[in-house]
Amino acid sequence: MIRLVPRTEASAFWQIATPVMAVAATMLAGGLLFAIMGYDPVSAIRTIFWDPLFGPAAGYSRPQLLVKAAPLILIASGLAVGFRAGIWNIGAEGQYIIGAITGAAVALAAYPASEMWIFPAMVIAGALGGWAWGMIPALLRNWFGASEILVSLMLVYVAQRIAAWMAFGPMKNPEGFGMPGSRNLQQYPAASNPELIAGTGAHWGVVAAVITVLAIWFLMSRHIRGFHIRAAGTAPRAARFAGVKPQTLVAFCLGLSGALAGMAGLFEVAGPAGQITDKVGVGYGFTAIIVAFLGRLHPVGILLAGLLLALTYIGGELAQLTLNLPAATVQVFQGMLLFFLLGFDLLTRYRITRRVTA
Amino acid sequence: MNRRQLIASVAAMTTISLALPAWAQDEPLKVGFIYVGPVSDGGWTYQHDQGRLAVEEEFGDRVETTYLESVPEGVDAERALTQLALAGNDVIYATSFGYMDAVINVAAKFPDVKFEHNTGYKRADNVGTYDGRFYEGRAVTGTIAGRMTQSNKIGYIATFPIPEVIQGINSAYIHAKKVNPDVEMRVVWAYTWFDPAKEADAANALMAEGVDVILQHTNSTAPLAQLQQQGKIGFGQASDMASFAPTPRVSSVYNNWGAHYVKSVGRILDGTWQPEAVWGGIGDGIVAIGEITEAVPAEVKAEAEALRDKIAAGEYHPFTGPLNKADGSAWLAEGQTATDEELSGMNFFVEGINAELPQ
Amino acid sequence: MIDPIALFLLLLSASTPILFAALGELVVERAGVLNLGVEGMMIVGALSGFATAYYSGNAFLGFAVAALAGALVALPFAILTQFLMSNQVASGLALTLFGLGLAALFGKPVEGVKAPSMAAGPLGLNWIVWLGLAMVPAIWWFLNRSRTGLILRGVGENHDAAHALGYDVRRVRIAAIAFGGAMAGIGGAFISVATVLQWTEGMTAGAGWIALAIVVFSNWTAVGVLAGAWLFGGVTVLQLRLQAAGVRVPVQLLSMAPYLATIIVLVAISARQKFSRRAGGAAPGSLGQDFHALR
Repeated sequence: MIRLVPRTEASAFWQIATPVMAVAATMLAGGLLFAIMGYDPVSAIRTIFWDPLFGPAAGYSRPQLLVKAAPLILIASGLAVGFRAGIWNIGAEGQYIIGAITGAAVALAAYPASEMWIFPAMVIAGALGGWAWGMIPALLRNWFGASEILVSLMLVYVAQRIAAWMAFGPMKNPEGFGMPGSRNLQQYPAASNPELIAGTGAHWGVVAAVITVLAIWFLMSRHIRGFHIRAAGTAPRAARFAGVKPQTLVAFCLGLSGALAGMAGLFEVAGPAGQITDKVGVGYGFTAIIVAFLGRLHPVGILLAGLLLALTYIGGELAQLTLNLPAATVQVFQGMLLFFLLGFDLLTRYRITRRVTA
Repeated sequence: MNRRQLIASVAAMTTISLALPAWAQDEPLKVGFIYVGPVSDGGWTYQHDQGRLAVEEEFGDRVETTYLESVPEGVDAERALTQLALAGNDVIYATSFGYMDAVINVAAKFPDVKFEHNTGYKRADNVGTYDGRFYEGRAVTGTIAGRMTQSNKIGYIATFPIPEVIQGINSAYIHAKKVNPDVEMRVVWAYTWFDPAKEADAANALMAEGVDVILQHTNSTAPLAQLQQQGKIGFGQASDMASFAPTPRVSSVYNNWGAHYVKSVGRILDGTWQPEAVWGGIGDGIVAIGEITEAVPAEVKAEAEALRDKIAAGEYHPFTGPLNKADGSAWLAEGQTATDEELSGMNFFVEGINAELPQ
Repeated sequence: MIDPIALFLLLLSASTPILFAALGELVVERAGVLNLGVEGMMIVGALSGFATAYYSGNAFLGFAVAALAGALVALPFAILTQFLMSNQVASGLALTLFGLGLAALFGKPVEGVKAPSMAAGPLGLNWIVWLGLAMVPAIWWFLNRSRTGLILRGVGENHDAAHALGYDVRRVRIAAIAFGGAMAGIGGAFISVATVLQWTEGMTAGAGWIALAIVVFSNWTAVGVLAGAWLFGGVTVLQLRLQAAGVRVPVQLLSMAPYLATIIVLVAISARQKFSRRAGGAAPGSLGQDFHALR
């Protein structure tokens, strides 16, 4: 009889080995899938995992990995802090949308002014918007004991409908021939979030993601609040005796992850997306939850997990282009990768032993 | 991104030569497509992919086509378009309105690649646009609807209050009214292009109001399935939806993009391509009327086909005066026809439609 | 003039897919598991039900196969969360992605074909509509009156206590997850087999996410799920019906209302529980938590 024994500390060896094993397992299972579908498994897997990094057009796709991964990393870093403390914000998608809307609102109100303060003000407004949307479940939990999981999820739906309302109503581009969607912020220099160094693809969102990873690492490993968060997650009762106020932590974690998600939304809407439409939410808030877990809730892990997911998106596009692989096949492949990564994580947290007692 | 640096960085490690202005005659022309939905959506994207296949059939070895499907509008569009350009495509067709600004951005970085954007209004030296005059088709189905209704109530499942849809509603109403002065039009805004469950609800809501003929602007077959259960009729939209013929689908308005793609690729091959604003209708073959089934009386079918042929020949414009706006103000005088500018910004119903336009 | 009875009959049909999916998720959540993969299981049910109905010509067989397929596709989620201790939220999201991709992939052969029409049951409603309504008292009885239901609720309320009493927490939860998958599968198949009569990628269009909201609105009771399905379905049906009658409605704002109502219900029930310390009522105690038996 097999038995699982929890590890007191995550195994360093398995932390590195499991993602490698999971990717290898995905290549095997995915290769089988590709072969069944009638595609050459070796070239399919090479196209997805290798070509974006070292293939013929890697000069373009390598920086694009950063662009695609940046919002995921930004959101997941914030979420992981709360997850460590046992505070479950699963509504980052809503906070992302609201941040995009409040940030864009500043730009649209300022249009066509060209002052220097506009973009920084948008970033602050985006972060505040996301923060406020995250504070709703925090306060409802603190005041009434309502589950933050469920309230934050419900607020995603509300945010999606606010975005549609904005795109068709108050934020509709007056010069857009009656079509839905706001002005395109890419064409409004004071408000746009452009590429900072030509050829790198990197915009302010990438910079923010890198800074966030460092800051969260510092918070969690060096700062007293990080200690409180970890204590609250592993031994809530002991943490309370140590003077950790649960209500403060709830507000801190939901506020922080909301603000980061809101910022991510603003960077995307002022950069790659360009405008508020009814489809401004593209699921980054949900994907980031997966990224947070794939990254073992650790900032560096999240950085790598975000890049890995971005790799499968961009590699998937290449596979469509060069091998005519249907988009659905790529989606199934991604689903498999997630299943394997989540499943293999068991080995980092538990030891497998034989059952000794009857 | 600076174009020279981009090209330098890519060319350094690639054998793909970017965007050659004049490709050698023995190399096939590479034609790329970017789709907003899956090719299997049975509607909008499916019809574009049929157009891609028409290009392959027409030109054989002289062309090589690829596509990217299910690319959302917004954050991913610009990267997907760049990937298509980097893959060496000589022309790229972007098949959704929301790609508009991304197309303009990417086209500026690849001046030697030709772009055509579907349903948009922004053009550049290497960017043309193309669209269909779907309202022409709706003049024909509106005529059939006006003749076929017994309750004198016809319904329209609309998507979003944008000019294309408003043109369709007005055109259908004008022509139904012309053949049946007692006809009333009911409009339901579904606020979606594709959501089968909601489209079914919309069809049922219209039928509960006494509507017995439905025109739809949404892309699924759900309304037809509901019409069938109640013995009412409707029309195919986006694709022919022939599996619901002969009834409830008595005819259809569908998009035959192949007619445009074959013409456009042909011009690129013979070097006469120009960035144009193509807005083609029945006469250009872009808007097609599906077979009118035997469920429609022969004289009605003949009348509808005559109208179709007159529109195709350019002898008749569906928006010909006298026409008033819904608020009672005069729009077109006797014999006057609407200009393309008026149509492409259309934001009002014509007189007689008993519904308010969401603003 | 809008006929309220006709409107109600419309509502019964329109709310059937979300009613099935939400009843299934109700049982899953009462067992203490939060499965966010409802959309993925629904779309797999929509495809397998449609394909079966098309090839066999028997729509009811389609629903049976859809239930089976929904349960099967939930299996990776069950293994991940129950044996491999993976986080339920992340695993559920992965299941949605996987299911949508899987259905799109295997749906290619049945694109563009049409399923046989189903004969209507009493009042012109599909038999599956009646089955969905019958499931409400059945699940109510199961949860509140049956012994198995009592065990299931115990597992969801406090898995450590249930384990200490000798119940197999994992087996109960796996069974609940499979049941949830089967119900979601039937709900998805209703869209393809009974409503649209065709298969198209992405045709569930977010219904699974609405089902998740309904369970919260329901306060985790079967009758509440029915009320929730009618509220969420009713808002859509009513606004479309008003539009058809020529009444102008603020669609975007109206469509937000049921979600806001759900939050208010959740807060009210949580508050009542917090301030009056009354037992029962709100979310199951172990909802979303990993269970690992230490003994």
